[in-house]
Amino acid sequence: MIELIKQPWPWYVGGPIIAIVYATLLLFGKGFGISASLRAMCSALGAGKRISFFNFDWRGQTWNFMFVFGAMIGGFIAVTWLSDGSPMDLNENTIKELEQYGITSWQNGLVPVEFFNWSNVFSLQGFVIMAIGGFLIGFGSRYAGGCTSGHAISGLADLQLPSLVAVIGFFIGGLIMTWFILPFILRM
Amino acid sequence: MKYLKFILVGMFFGIMFVKTEVVSWFRIYEMFRFESFHMYGIIGSAVVLGIVFTWFIKKNRIRDMYGNDIMFANKDKTWPRYIIGGIIFGLGWAMTGACPGPMFTLLGAGFLIMFVVIVFAIIGTWVYGAVRNRIPH
Repeated sequence: MIELIKQPWPWYVGGPIIAIVYATLLLFGKGFGISASLRAMCSALGAGKRISFFNFDWRGQTWNFMFVFGAMIGGFIAVTWLSDGSPMDLNENTIKELEQYGITSWQNGLVPVEFFNWSNVFSLQGFVIMAIGGFLIGFGSRYAGGCTSGHAISGLADLQLPSLVAVIGFFIGGLIMTWFILPFILRM
Repeated sequence: MKYLKFILVGMFFGIMFVKTEVVSWFRIYEMFRFESFHMYGIIGSAVVLGIVFTWFIKKNRIRDMYGNDIMFANKDKTWPRYIIGGIIFGLGWAMTGACPGPMFTLLGAGFLIMFVVIVFAIIGTWVYGAVRNRIPH
């Protein structure tokens, strides 16, 4: 059993678990939406003093902080005790494309450490990927009123048309980045 | 103790995120290059099952564990925010290979560099709050 758990899990295990987590949170009286925790963090850090958007009782999102904290512990448990080190089963064309940019770290990790590392933070490339990238996630998710969890899962599960429009937006942005912008950034 | 259940569900979620490689930058890159079914399978099956669960909850008027009705709020139908905000989010998602959940799971998994991404995601959220009255929704 533990050997099976240690192998990478197929998509038909992951998707149902996401749906179960969504339903479980509903039964706990909460709505699945992780980017809402970012807004609550701003509020907890004092952003509500000057900006009314953050002037609310962030303690109502404490459960979301706990959920996110649990997701961090889960990440630690999975890499520390539940991994057998087998490399990702990526498409060979993807691997060839990555090799053009000198990226081979897919063999032993989840993050391309060639770009995501501390010495790269202060280079233009590192700043763009990590800082601008992070900024766009925070700004865009709040502008759109949700992220992958709030719109792609919760919103689509409730057949909300605005969520479908947002998810289409996510993919337009993702395709523009992957096909037209990332090739330049990865060559920097 | 009332928060313990959220930590436990979060842990289950985080373990799944790593084991299915949803938190992998490479899987997101592969997805946007249409070179694998993996991510589409995960998101697609989550949505289909989510629709079934939502339908079941509504049809049977299932209540939450405190006996309250489970509410599904309709999202406002003003379109610019979803399309523009969505595109901005998508640009960041493909660049960092992470959305808000995976950012935190990766940090916990030992990729401390994700702290930089998280700090700037908080800054991005903050700036949105500051300028939201001046951008189209």
